[in-house]
Amino acid sequence: MAIVDLANPSRFMKFANAAVPWLGGVTLILFAFGISQAMSAPDDYQQGATVKIMYLHVPAAWLGMLCWGVMTVAALGTLVWRHPLADVTAKAAAPIGAAFTLLCLVTGSLWGRPEWGTYWVWDARLTSELILFLLYLAVIALWRTVEDPSRAARAVAVLTLVGAIDLPIIKFSVDWWNTLHQGESVFRLGGSTIYPTILIPLFIMAAAFTLLFVTLLLAAMRNEILRRQVRTLRLKQASMAS
Amino acid sequence: MDTVPHLDFIAAAYGAAVIVVAVLISWVVLDYYAQRRALAELEMMGFTRRSAMEQAEKQA
Repeated sequence: MAIVDLANPSRFMKFANAAVPWLGGVTLILFAFGISQAMSAPDDYQQGATVKIMYLHVPAAWLGMLCWGVMTVAALGTLVWRHPLADVTAKAAAPIGAAFTLLCLVTGSLWGRPEWGTYWVWDARLTSELILFLLYLAVIALWRTVEDPSRAARAVAVLTLVGAIDLPIIKFSVDWWNTLHQGESVFRLGGSTIYPTILIPLFIMAAAFTLLFVTLLLAAMRNEILRRQVRTLRLKQASMAS
Repeated sequence: MDTVPHLDFIAAAYGAAVIVVAVLISWVVLDYYAQRRALAELEMMGFTRRSAMEQAEKQA
């Protein structure tokens, strides 16, 4: 089956029904392996054991941004091609992205308190991440406000494209402004500044989180397609009753 | 005696992750069963999807 075939909702449902249990199983195995590697990794020479929070905080931050990236591509699918599966993707992804961004903020605060002496500071990285979380809440609220799914999809698509401006701001905030948050240490010119014994468990945890995101997204998209089928039948029921 | 410094912050972070992931999984699973139930009820009342009707006609 080609990827383009999945753009058909019926074919997507067949694919999701088959893939979700397998992806869930592989995600569980990868998390078990990742957590065992993270727990046995050495402490950081400066931060000590609190570096273990990084194995949650960094993947959650990446996934929060990746999810908005997925929503941005879906927004283009909605506005340019008006494809219903693009609307479904955007709607299903928003709560998942919000959850990952919230996890990033919470774990960041819990990491910041012992390292910086404060849970929160209004520096550029933290503030731009908080803005991303608020944007997710705005998208979820907009989906719930407009009753007609196709009208809601267009309004959400515009907000998503405008909100995508926040992604490079988050990424480069530590370079553009003087922040309390540390500078880029994983993906940077000249290579990562993190020692491999800490970096490898981080990548395993990032892979586990990414697989979790894919599994949840497919399952949530399947739910959204079912919800639209229910809506169509209820409209049919209402029109026959009147 | 606290053998691992800041163990409470580390435990709280992992606890938060467990809660967030558990909420996400519960939301997806409960929503799936709710939608399936709603669809089954409507189909029992005779309201079927066009694709389901076409499939039934083909089988007949």
